[in-house]
Amino acid sequence: MNNYLSQASSKWLREDGPESDIVISSRIRLARNISDRPFTTLATDINQAQVLNAMQGAIQTPELAKMGPFDMLFMRELNDVGKQVLVEKHLISPALKESHNAAVVIRPDEEISIMVNEEDHLRIQCMLPGNQLDKAYELADQIDDALESNMDYAFDEEKGYLTACPTNVGTGLRASLMMHLPALVLTGQINRILTAVTQVGLAVRGIYGEGSDALGNLFQISNQVTLGHSEQDIIGNLEGVALQIIEHERAARQYLMRESKETIEDRICRSFGILAYARQMDSKEAMQRLSDVRLGIDLGIIKGVSAGILKELMVATQPGFLQQQYGSEMNPGLRDVKRAALIRERLRMDEANN
Amino acid sequence: MLCERCGKNDATVHYTEIVQGQKTVYHLCESCAREKGEETYKAMAGAFAFNQLWSGLLNFDNSLPQVANSPEPACETCGMTFSQFTKIGRFGCPDCYETFAARLEPLLKRIQSSDHHTGKVPKRQGGSISVKRELGKLKQEMQLSIMEERFEEAARLRDRIRYLEQQLGSQE
Repeated sequence: MNNYLSQASSKWLREDGPESDIVISSRIRLARNISDRPFTTLATDINQAQVLNAMQGAIQTPELAKMGPFDMLFMRELNDVGKQVLVEKHLISPALKESHNAAVVIRPDEEISIMVNEEDHLRIQCMLPGNQLDKAYELADQIDDALESNMDYAFDEEKGYLTACPTNVGTGLRASLMMHLPALVLTGQINRILTAVTQVGLAVRGIYGEGSDALGNLFQISNQVTLGHSEQDIIGNLEGVALQIIEHERAARQYLMRESKETIEDRICRSFGILAYARQMDSKEAMQRLSDVRLGIDLGIIKGVSAGILKELMVATQPGFLQQQYGSEMNPGLRDVKRAALIRERLRMDEANN
Repeated sequence: MLCERCGKNDATVHYTEIVQGQKTVYHLCESCAREKGEETYKAMAGAFAFNQLWSGLLNFDNSLPQVANSPEPACETCGMTFSQFTKIGRFGCPDCYETFAARLEPLLKRIQSSDHHTGKVPKRQGGSISVKRELGKLKQEMQLSIMEERFEEAARLRDRIRYLEQQLGSQE
Protein backbone atom coordinates (compact mmCIF):
# COMPACT_ATOMS: atom_id res chain seq x y z
CA MET A 1 0.00 0.00 0.00
CA ASN A 2 2.86 2.34 0.74
CA ASN A 3 3.73 2.19 -2.93
CA TYR A 4 0.61 4.15 -3.77
CA LEU A 5 1.75 6.92 -1.49
CA SER A 6 5.20 7.23 -3.03
CA GLN A 7 5.61 9.27 -6.11
CA ALA A 8 7.29 7.12 -8.72
CA SER A 9 4.43 4.66 -9.08
CA SER A 10 2.07 6.58 -11.39
CA LYS A 11 2.68 5.70 -15.00
CA TRP A 12 1.34 9.04 -16.23
CA LEU A 13 3.88 10.81 -14.04
CA ARG A 14 6.79 8.57 -15.00
CA GLU A 15 6.38 8.21 -18.74
CA ASP A 16 5.70 10.35 -21.79
CA GLY A 17 3.06 9.85 -24.47
CA PRO A 18 2.08 11.34 -27.84
CA GLU A 19 2.18 15.16 -27.96
CA SER A 20 3.41 15.24 -24.40
CA ASP A 21 5.13 18.57 -25.05
CA ILE A 22 1.63 20.02 -24.59
CA VAL A 23 -0.75 17.29 -23.42
CA ILE A 24 0.30 16.17 -19.94
CA SER A 25 -2.28 13.44 -19.48
CA SER A 26 -5.50 11.90 -20.81
CA ARG A 27 -8.22 10.75 -18.49
CA ILE A 28 -11.45 8.80 -18.96
CA ARG A 29 -14.08 8.46 -16.28
CA LEU A 30 -17.13 6.19 -16.48
CA ALA A 31 -19.91 6.59 -13.88
CA ARG A 32 -21.78 3.37 -13.09
CA ASN A 33 -24.38 2.33 -10.53
CA ILE A 34 -25.55 -1.06 -9.38
CA SER A 35 -29.24 -1.69 -10.18
CA ASP A 36 -32.02 -1.74 -7.58
CA ARG A 37 -30.06 0.16 -4.95
CA PRO A 38 -30.35 3.74 -3.75
CA PHE A 39 -27.65 6.08 -5.06
CA THR A 40 -24.97 7.14 -2.59
CA THR A 41 -26.95 10.30 -1.68
CA LEU A 42 -29.64 8.26 0.09
CA ALA A 43 -27.64 5.09 0.81
CA THR A 44 -27.53 3.85 4.39
CA ASP A 45 -24.34 2.47 5.93
CA ILE A 46 -25.66 -1.01 5.12
CA ASN A 47 -26.33 -0.08 1.47
CA GLN A 48 -22.83 1.32 1.18
CA ALA A 49 -21.30 -1.77 2.79
CA GLN A 50 -23.14 -3.88 0.20
CA VAL A 51 -21.59 -1.86 -2.61
CA LEU A 52 -18.14 -2.26 -1.04
CA ASN A 53 -18.72 -6.02 -0.75
CA ALA A 54 -19.87 -6.25 -4.36
CA MET A 55 -16.67 -4.51 -5.46
CA GLN A 56 -14.49 -6.69 -3.27
CA GLY A 57 -16.09 -9.73 -4.85
CA ALA A 58 -15.71 -8.28 -8.35
CA ILE A 59 -11.93 -7.88 -8.19
CA GLN A 60 -11.66 -11.60 -7.50
CA THR A 61 -13.72 -12.71 -10.51
CA PRO A 62 -11.64 -14.15 -13.37
CA GLU A 63 -12.86 -11.41 -15.76
CA LEU A 64 -11.41 -8.62 -13.65
CA ALA A 65 -8.52 -10.56 -12.09
CA LYS A 66 -6.94 -11.09 -15.50
CA MET A 67 -6.64 -7.30 -15.91
CA GLY A 68 -5.18 -6.91 -12.44
CA PRO A 69 -3.77 -7.34 -9.88
CA PHE A 70 -5.86 -4.80 -7.99
CA ASP A 71 -5.65 -3.47 -4.47
CA MET A 72 -8.57 -2.02 -2.55
CA LEU A 73 -7.86 0.86 -0.17
CA PHE A 74 -10.55 1.85 2.33
CA MET A 75 -10.84 5.53 3.21
CA ARG A 76 -11.45 4.79 6.89
CA GLU A 77 -8.10 2.96 7.07
CA LEU A 78 -6.06 5.81 5.60
CA ASN A 79 -4.82 8.86 7.48
CA ASP A 80 -5.43 12.39 6.24
CA VAL A 81 -2.03 12.77 4.64
CA GLY A 82 -2.39 9.45 2.82
CA LYS A 83 -5.78 10.44 1.42
CA GLN A 84 -4.42 13.84 0.40
CA VAL A 85 -1.61 12.15 -1.54
CA LEU A 86 -4.16 10.03 -3.45
CA VAL A 87 -6.03 13.23 -4.36
CA GLU A 88 -2.84 14.93 -5.51
CA LYS A 89 -2.05 11.98 -7.75
CA HIS A 90 -5.60 12.25 -9.19
CA LEU A 91 -6.38 8.69 -8.06
CA ILE A 92 -9.38 9.83 -6.01
CA SER A 93 -11.57 12.94 -5.95
CA PRO A 94 -11.51 15.39 -3.03
CA ALA A 95 -15.12 14.32 -2.28
CA LEU A 96 -14.18 10.67 -1.84
CA LYS A 97 -11.81 11.27 1.06
CA GLU A 98 -14.61 12.80 3.13
CA SER A 99 -16.70 9.63 3.11
CA HIS A 100 -15.82 6.91 5.61
CA ASN A 101 -17.72 4.27 3.65
CA ALA A 102 -15.74 4.91 0.50
CA ALA A 103 -12.88 2.96 -1.04
CA VAL A 104 -10.71 2.97 -4.13
CA VAL A 105 -9.52 0.03 -6.22
CA ILE A 106 -6.14 0.69 -7.81
CA ARG A 107 -3.85 -1.22 -10.16
CA PRO A 108 -0.16 -0.89 -9.22
CA ASP A 109 0.72 1.01 -12.43
CA GLU A 110 -2.01 3.50 -11.39
CA GLU A 111 -3.44 3.61 -14.90
CA ILE A 112 -6.71 2.33 -13.48
CA SER A 113 -8.55 3.38 -10.36
CA ILE A 114 -12.16 2.65 -9.43
CA MET A 115 -13.74 4.86 -6.79
CA VAL A 116 -16.43 3.12 -4.76
CA ASN A 117 -19.31 5.01 -3.07
CA GLU A 118 -18.47 8.37 -4.56
CA GLU A 119 -21.46 10.31 -5.95
CA ASP A 120 -22.11 7.19 -8.03
CA HIS A 121 -21.53 3.64 -6.76
CA LEU A 122 -18.61 3.13 -9.11
CA ARG A 123 -16.43 5.54 -10.98
CA ILE A 124 -13.96 3.86 -13.29
CA GLN A 125 -10.99 6.08 -14.11
CA CYS A 126 -8.14 5.54 -16.53
CA MET A 127 -5.27 7.98 -16.79
CA LEU A 128 -2.46 7.80 -19.34
CA PRO A 129 0.43 10.16 -20.15
CA GLY A 130 0.19 12.41 -23.23
CA ASN A 131 -2.60 12.53 -25.76
CA GLN A 132 -4.14 9.06 -25.82
CA LEU A 133 -7.82 9.34 -24.98
CA ASP A 134 -8.69 6.46 -27.30
CA LYS A 135 -6.37 4.10 -25.49
CA ALA A 136 -7.61 5.28 -22.10
CA TYR A 137 -11.21 4.70 -23.20
CA GLU A 138 -10.36 1.24 -24.51
CA LEU A 139 -8.97 0.37 -21.10
CA ALA A 140 -11.96 1.80 -19.20
CA ASP A 141 -14.30 -0.02 -21.59
CA GLN A 142 -12.60 -3.35 -20.83
CA ILE A 143 -12.82 -2.77 -17.08
CA ASP A 144 -16.48 -1.82 -17.52
CA ASP A 145 -17.22 -5.05 -19.46
CA ALA A 146 -15.36 -7.12 -16.87
CA LEU A 147 -17.36 -5.57 -14.03
CA GLU A 148 -20.66 -5.93 -15.86
CA SER A 149 -20.11 -9.63 -16.52
CA ASN A 150 -20.92 -10.28 -12.84
CA MET A 151 -22.86 -7.19 -11.80
CA ASP A 152 -26.20 -5.69 -12.86
CA TYR A 153 -25.93 -2.01 -13.70
CA ALA A 154 -28.67 0.58 -13.44
CA PHE A 155 -29.25 0.92 -17.18
CA ASP A 156 -32.23 2.15 -19.15
CA GLU A 157 -32.72 1.54 -22.85
CA GLU A 158 -33.64 5.14 -23.49
CA LYS A 159 -31.65 7.05 -20.88
CA GLY A 160 -28.56 4.84 -20.88
CA TYR A 161 -26.47 4.40 -17.74
CA LEU A 162 -28.40 5.98 -14.87
CA THR A 163 -26.33 8.23 -12.63
CA ALA A 164 -27.07 10.15 -9.44
CA CYS A 165 -26.77 13.47 -11.25
CA PRO A 166 -28.50 13.93 -14.64
CA THR A 167 -25.43 15.79 -15.91
CA ASN A 168 -23.71 12.38 -16.20
CA VAL A 169 -26.60 10.23 -17.44
CA GLY A 170 -26.32 8.36 -20.75
CA THR A 171 -22.76 7.33 -21.36
CA GLY A 172 -21.58 8.34 -17.87
CA LEU A 173 -18.44 9.38 -19.72
CA ARG A 174 -16.20 12.28 -18.82
CA ALA A 175 -13.15 12.50 -21.05
CA SER A 176 -10.52 15.08 -20.18
CA LEU A 177 -7.12 16.29 -21.26
CA MET A 178 -4.64 18.13 -19.06
CA MET A 179 -2.81 20.64 -21.25
CA HIS A 180 0.18 22.92 -20.66
CA LEU A 181 -0.48 26.16 -22.57
CA PRO A 182 2.13 28.73 -21.49
CA ALA A 183 2.54 30.46 -24.87
CA LEU A 184 -1.21 31.02 -25.29
CA VAL A 185 -1.22 32.62 -21.83
CA LEU A 186 1.87 34.76 -22.53
CA THR A 187 0.53 35.99 -25.85
CA GLY A 188 -2.85 36.79 -24.29
CA GLN A 189 -4.81 34.50 -26.59
CA ILE A 190 -5.93 32.12 -23.89
CA ASN A 191 -9.24 33.77 -22.96
CA ARG A 192 -10.38 33.92 -26.56
CA ILE A 193 -9.62 30.23 -26.98
CA LEU A 194 -11.22 29.21 -23.70
CA THR A 195 -14.41 31.05 -24.64
CA ALA A 196 -14.48 29.34 -28.01
CA VAL A 197 -14.01 25.96 -26.36
CA THR A 198 -16.99 26.43 -24.06
CA GLN A 199 -19.15 27.35 -27.04
CA VAL A 200 -18.72 23.91 -28.58
CA GLY A 201 -20.04 22.08 -25.54
CA LEU A 202 -16.76 21.51 -23.75
CA ALA A 203 -15.78 22.64 -20.28
CA VAL A 204 -12.41 24.10 -19.44
CA ARG A 205 -10.86 24.95 -16.12
CA GLY A 206 -7.47 25.54 -14.56
CA ILE A 207 -6.05 22.48 -12.82
CA TYR A 208 -4.87 24.71 -10.00
CA GLY A 209 -6.66 28.06 -9.96
CA GLU A 210 -9.15 29.46 -12.45
CA GLY A 211 -9.30 31.18 -15.83
CA SER A 212 -6.21 32.87 -17.16
CA ASP A 213 -4.76 32.81 -13.62
CA ALA A 214 -4.50 29.02 -13.85
CA LEU A 215 -1.38 28.12 -11.89
CA GLY A 216 1.39 26.58 -13.94
CA ASN A 217 -0.58 27.34 -17.12
CA LEU A 218 -2.24 23.96 -16.79
CA PHE A 219 -5.78 23.55 -18.13
CA GLN A 220 -8.23 20.72 -18.14
CA ILE A 221 -10.55 20.39 -21.11
CA SER A 222 -13.46 17.97 -20.89
CA ASN A 223 -16.82 17.11 -22.43
CA GLN A 224 -20.00 18.39 -20.77
CA VAL A 225 -22.66 16.49 -22.65
CA THR A 226 -22.98 12.79 -21.77
CA LEU A 227 -26.34 11.90 -23.32
CA GLY A 228 -27.20 11.72 -27.00
CA HIS A 229 -23.74 11.11 -28.43
CA SER A 230 -21.82 7.87 -28.60
CA GLU A 231 -18.61 7.48 -26.59
CA GLN A 232 -16.61 7.60 -29.83
CA ASP A 233 -18.27 10.87 -30.90
CA ILE A 234 -17.65 12.49 -27.52
CA ILE A 235 -13.99 11.54 -27.56
CA GLY A 236 -13.60 12.44 -31.24
CA ASN A 237 -15.09 15.88 -30.66
CA LEU A 238 -12.79 16.59 -27.72
CA GLU A 239 -9.83 15.25 -29.65
CA GLY A 240 -10.58 17.50 -32.61
CA VAL A 241 -10.71 20.62 -30.45
CA ALA A 242 -7.58 19.57 -28.58
CA LEU A 243 -5.61 19.20 -31.82
CA GLN A 244 -6.54 22.76 -32.78
CA ILE A 245 -5.46 24.06 -29.39
CA ILE A 246 -2.16 22.18 -29.74
CA GLU A 247 -1.60 23.83 -33.12
CA HIS A 248 -2.34 27.29 -31.70
CA GLU A 249 -0.01 26.69 -28.76
CA ARG A 250 2.80 25.55 -31.08
CA ALA A 251 2.27 28.58 -33.32
CA ALA A 252 2.32 30.89 -30.28
CA ARG A 253 5.58 29.32 -29.10
CA GLN A 254 7.17 29.94 -32.50
CA TYR A 255 5.87 33.48 -32.48
CA LEU A 256 7.44 34.13 -29.08
CA MET A 257 10.79 32.76 -30.22
CA ARG A 258 10.68 34.85 -33.39
CA GLU A 259 9.41 38.14 -31.99
CA SER A 260 10.72 38.29 -28.45
CA LYS A 261 13.48 35.76 -28.13
CA GLU A 262 15.51 37.69 -25.53
CA THR A 263 12.53 38.37 -23.30
CA ILE A 264 11.37 34.78 -23.32
CA GLU A 265 14.88 33.42 -22.82
CA ASP A 266 15.39 35.77 -19.92
CA ARG A 267 12.11 34.74 -18.32
CA ILE A 268 12.86 31.05 -18.66
CA CYS A 269 16.49 31.22 -17.47
CA ARG A 270 15.55 33.52 -14.59
CA SER A 271 12.97 31.00 -13.43
CA PHE A 272 15.48 28.19 -13.76
CA GLY A 273 18.00 30.14 -11.68
CA ILE A 274 15.45 30.82 -8.96
CA LEU A 275 14.34 27.19 -8.79
CA ALA A 276 17.97 26.04 -8.66
CA TYR A 277 18.97 28.35 -5.80
CA ALA A 278 15.94 29.63 -3.87
CA ARG A 279 15.61 28.64 -0.22
CA GLN A 280 11.88 29.37 0.18
CA MET A 281 9.26 28.67 -2.46
CA ASP A 282 5.50 28.88 -2.10
CA SER A 283 3.39 26.59 -4.27
CA LYS A 284 2.08 29.38 -6.48
CA GLU A 285 5.56 30.57 -7.44
CA ALA A 286 6.79 26.99 -7.81
CA MET A 287 4.07 26.21 -10.35
CA GLN A 288 4.79 29.33 -12.40
CA ARG A 289 8.58 28.79 -12.43
CA LEU A 290 8.21 25.11 -13.25
CA SER A 291 5.92 26.02 -16.14
CA ASP A 292 8.59 28.45 -17.44
CA VAL A 293 11.31 25.80 -17.16
CA ARG A 294 9.18 23.23 -18.92
CA LEU A 295 8.58 25.70 -21.76
CA GLY A 296 12.33 26.30 -21.85
CA ILE A 297 12.95 22.57 -22.24
CA ASP A 298 10.38 22.31 -25.06
CA LEU A 299 11.93 25.31 -26.86
CA GLY A 300 15.44 23.91 -26.51
CA ILE A 301 16.58 26.82 -24.33
CA ILE A 302 17.23 24.61 -21.31
CA LYS A 303 19.08 21.38 -21.92
CA GLY A 304 19.93 18.50 -19.63
CA VAL A 305 16.73 18.66 -17.58
CA SER A 306 14.11 15.97 -18.17
CA ALA A 307 10.80 17.21 -19.59
CA GLY A 308 8.83 15.27 -17.00
CA ILE A 309 10.00 17.70 -14.34
CA LEU A 310 6.87 19.86 -14.47
CA LYS A 311 4.33 17.13 -13.80
CA GLU A 312 6.64 15.30 -11.44
CA LEU A 313 7.30 18.32 -9.26
CA MET A 314 3.84 19.81 -9.56
CA VAL A 315 2.59 16.69 -7.76
CA ALA A 316 5.60 16.20 -5.48
CA THR A 317 5.47 19.78 -4.15
CA GLN A 318 1.79 19.63 -3.13
CA PRO A 319 1.14 19.84 0.63
CA GLY A 320 0.14 16.17 1.04
CA PHE A 321 3.22 14.85 -0.69
CA LEU A 322 5.56 17.12 1.26
CA GLN A 323 4.04 15.99 4.54
CA GLN A 324 4.20 12.38 3.44
CA GLN A 325 7.88 12.73 2.65
CA TYR A 326 9.04 14.86 5.57
CA GLY A 327 6.60 13.55 8.15
CA SER A 328 4.42 15.37 10.67
CA GLU A 329 2.17 18.33 10.09
CA MET A 330 4.20 21.21 8.74
CA ASN A 331 3.34 24.88 8.94
CA PRO A 332 3.30 26.69 5.59
CA GLY A 333 6.65 28.40 6.31
CA LEU A 334 8.47 25.13 6.81
CA ARG A 335 6.65 23.69 3.81
CA ASP A 336 8.06 26.47 1.61
CA VAL A 337 11.59 25.64 2.82
CA LYS A 338 11.14 21.93 2.16
CA ARG A 339 9.55 22.61 -1.23
CA ALA A 340 12.52 24.73 -2.29
CA ALA A 341 14.92 22.01 -1.10
CA LEU A 342 13.05 19.29 -2.98
CA ILE A 343 13.10 21.28 -6.23
CA ARG A 344 16.85 22.06 -5.89
CA GLU A 345 17.59 18.41 -5.25
CA ARG A 346 15.54 17.28 -8.23
CA LEU A 347 17.31 19.74 -10.58
CA ARG A 348 20.74 18.62 -9.36
CA MET A 349 19.74 15.02 -10.02
CA ASP A 350 19.31 15.73 -13.73
CA GLU A 351 22.59 17.68 -13.85
CA ALA A 352 24.45 14.75 -12.30
CA ASN A 353 22.98 12.37 -14.83
CA ASN A 354 24.19 14.39 -17.79
CA MET B 1 -32.96 53.44 18.80
CA LEU B 2 -29.71 51.67 19.59
CA CYS B 3 -28.18 48.96 17.44
CA GLU B 4 -29.60 45.65 18.65
CA ARG B 5 -26.35 43.89 17.99
CA CYS B 6 -23.67 45.98 19.69
CA GLY B 7 -25.99 48.15 21.76
CA LYS B 8 -23.59 51.11 21.47
CA ASN B 9 -24.26 53.04 18.27
CA ASP B 10 -27.48 54.38 16.84
CA ALA B 11 -29.32 51.95 14.62
CA THR B 12 -29.33 53.51 11.17
CA VAL B 13 -29.84 50.41 9.03
CA HIS B 14 -33.21 48.67 9.16
CA TYR B 15 -33.60 45.61 7.07
CA THR B 16 -35.87 42.61 6.65
CA GLU B 17 -34.57 39.14 6.00
CA ILE B 18 -36.79 36.32 4.77
CA VAL B 19 -35.24 32.88 5.04
CA GLN B 20 -37.45 29.92 4.11
CA GLY B 21 -40.58 31.92 4.86
CA GLN B 22 -39.30 33.14 8.25
CA LYS B 23 -39.35 36.93 8.40
CA THR B 24 -36.88 38.73 10.65
CA VAL B 25 -36.45 42.49 11.02
CA TYR B 26 -33.05 43.87 12.04
CA HIS B 27 -32.12 47.31 13.41
CA LEU B 28 -28.36 47.74 13.22
CA CYS B 29 -25.65 50.38 13.24
CA GLU B 30 -23.60 50.78 10.10
CA SER B 31 -20.58 48.72 11.13
CA CYS B 32 -22.66 45.85 12.49
CA ALA B 33 -24.73 45.87 9.31
CA ARG B 34 -21.60 45.54 7.22
CA GLU B 35 -20.42 42.55 9.29
CA LYS B 36 -23.82 40.97 9.17
CA GLY B 37 -23.94 41.48 5.43
CA GLU B 38 -20.61 39.75 4.93
CA GLU B 39 -21.72 36.79 7.03
CA THR B 40 -24.91 36.43 5.06
CA TYR B 41 -23.03 36.73 1.83
CA LYS B 42 -20.55 34.04 2.86
CA ALA B 43 -23.27 31.70 4.01
CA MET B 44 -25.05 32.13 0.70
CA ALA B 45 -21.98 31.95 -1.48
CA GLY B 46 -21.24 28.39 -0.39
CA ALA B 47 -24.59 27.03 -1.37
CA PHE B 48 -24.91 29.19 -4.42
CA ALA B 49 -22.44 27.66 -6.81
CA PHE B 50 -24.28 24.62 -8.03
CA ASN B 51 -27.68 24.42 -6.40
CA GLN B 52 -28.87 27.88 -7.29
CA LEU B 53 -27.94 27.40 -10.89
CA TRP B 54 -29.65 24.07 -10.78
CA SER B 55 -32.93 25.37 -9.41
CA GLY B 56 -32.69 28.22 -11.91
CA LEU B 57 -32.54 25.73 -14.74
CA LEU B 58 -35.46 23.78 -13.36
CA ASN B 59 -37.72 26.71 -12.59
CA PHE B 60 -37.23 27.92 -16.10
CA ASP B 61 -39.95 25.46 -17.00
CA ASN B 62 -43.22 26.16 -15.20
CA SER B 63 -45.50 24.28 -17.51
CA LEU B 64 -46.35 21.83 -14.73
CA PRO B 65 -48.23 23.86 -12.16
CA GLN B 66 -48.03 22.84 -8.51
CA VAL B 67 -51.39 21.92 -7.03
CA ALA B 68 -51.67 23.86 -3.82
CA ASN B 69 -51.75 21.90 -0.57
CA SER B 70 -51.61 18.49 -2.21
CA PRO B 71 -48.63 16.45 -1.05
CA GLU B 72 -45.83 16.47 -3.55
CA PRO B 73 -45.44 13.21 -5.46
CA ALA B 74 -42.47 11.19 -4.27
CA CYS B 75 -40.46 8.35 -5.78
CA GLU B 76 -42.08 5.11 -4.60
CA THR B 77 -38.76 3.34 -4.30
CA CYS B 78 -36.65 5.83 -2.36
CA GLY B 79 -39.11 8.52 -1.25
CA MET B 80 -37.33 11.45 -2.84
CA THR B 81 -39.49 14.37 -4.02
CA PHE B 82 -38.75 16.57 -7.00
CA SER B 83 -38.17 19.65 -4.85
CA GLN B 84 -35.62 17.69 -2.81
CA PHE B 85 -33.92 16.82 -6.07
CA THR B 86 -33.79 20.46 -7.15
CA LYS B 87 -32.12 21.33 -3.87
CA ILE B 88 -29.36 18.70 -3.91
CA GLY B 89 -29.10 18.17 -7.66
CA ARG B 90 -28.95 14.41 -7.35
CA PHE B 91 -31.52 11.66 -7.54
CA GLY B 92 -32.08 9.13 -4.78
CA CYS B 93 -32.25 5.94 -6.85
CA PRO B 94 -32.37 4.72 -10.47
CA ASP B 95 -36.20 4.65 -10.39
CA CYS B 96 -36.31 8.44 -9.90
CA TYR B 97 -35.60 8.79 -13.63
CA GLU B 98 -38.91 7.02 -14.33
CA THR B 99 -40.86 8.75 -11.53
CA PHE B 100 -39.85 12.26 -12.60
CA ALA B 101 -39.60 11.56 -16.35
CA ALA B 102 -42.03 14.32 -17.35
CA ARG B 103 -40.22 17.02 -15.38
CA LEU B 104 -36.80 15.72 -16.33
CA GLU B 105 -37.39 15.86 -20.07
CA PRO B 106 -37.09 19.66 -20.54
CA LEU B 107 -34.10 19.71 -18.19
CA LEU B 108 -32.26 17.01 -20.13
CA LYS B 109 -32.89 18.88 -23.36
CA ARG B 110 -31.20 21.93 -21.87
CA ILE B 111 -28.18 20.31 -20.23
CA GLN B 112 -27.67 17.43 -22.67
CA SER B 113 -27.71 17.32 -26.45
CA SER B 114 -30.74 15.00 -26.62
CA ASP B 115 -32.82 12.84 -24.29
CA HIS B 116 -31.92 9.58 -25.96
CA HIS B 117 -28.89 7.40 -25.27
CA THR B 118 -27.04 6.29 -28.38
CA GLY B 119 -23.81 5.07 -26.80
CA LYS B 120 -22.63 1.87 -25.21
CA VAL B 121 -25.04 -0.85 -24.11
CA PRO B 122 -23.98 -3.27 -21.35
CA LYS B 123 -22.85 -6.49 -23.02
CA ARG B 124 -24.52 -9.13 -20.86
CA GLN B 125 -27.56 -7.23 -19.55
CA GLY B 126 -28.41 -5.34 -22.72
CA GLY B 127 -28.27 -8.30 -25.14
CA SER B 128 -31.46 -7.53 -27.07
CA ILE B 129 -31.08 -3.75 -26.99
CA SER B 130 -28.31 -3.68 -29.57
CA VAL B 131 -30.32 -5.99 -31.83
CA LYS B 132 -33.33 -3.67 -31.52
CA ARG B 133 -31.12 -0.69 -32.39
CA GLU B 134 -29.79 -2.43 -35.47
CA LEU B 135 -33.34 -3.29 -36.49
CA GLY B 136 -34.36 0.35 -36.28
CA LYS B 137 -31.43 1.35 -38.44
CA LEU B 138 -32.09 -1.37 -41.04
CA LYS B 139 -35.77 -0.43 -41.32
CA GLN B 140 -34.81 3.18 -42.09
CA GLU B 141 -32.35 2.00 -44.70
CA MET B 142 -34.97 -0.23 -46.23
CA GLN B 143 -37.48 2.62 -46.52
CA LEU B 144 -34.83 4.74 -48.19
CA SER B 145 -33.91 2.07 -50.71
CA ILE B 146 -37.58 1.54 -51.57
CA MET B 147 -38.05 5.27 -52.14
CA GLU B 148 -34.99 5.33 -54.36
CA GLU B 149 -36.24 2.25 -56.15
CA ARG B 150 -33.24 0.11 -55.24
CA PHE B 151 -35.41 -2.96 -54.81
CA GLU B 152 -32.69 -5.59 -54.79
CA GLU B 153 -31.07 -3.94 -51.80
CA ALA B 154 -34.45 -3.49 -50.12
CA ALA B 155 -35.10 -7.20 -50.44
CA ARG B 156 -31.73 -8.00 -48.93
CA LEU B 157 -32.46 -5.66 -46.01
CA ARG B 158 -35.93 -7.18 -45.57
CA ASP B 159 -34.40 -10.66 -45.22
CA ARG B 160 -31.90 -9.41 -42.66
CA ILE B 161 -34.71 -7.69 -40.70
CA ARG B 162 -36.78 -10.89 -40.69
CA TYR B 163 -33.80 -12.88 -39.47
CA LEU B 164 -33.12 -10.45 -36.60
CA GLU B 165 -36.81 -10.29 -35.65
CA GLN B 166 -36.94 -14.07 -35.45
CA GLN B 167 -33.87 -14.04 -33.21
CA LEU B 168 -35.44 -11.46 -30.94
CA GLY B 169 -38.66 -13.49 -30.81
CA SER B 170 -36.87 -16.67 -29.79
CA GLN B 171 -35.02 -14.80 -27.03
CA GLU B 172 -38.17 -13.47 -25.47
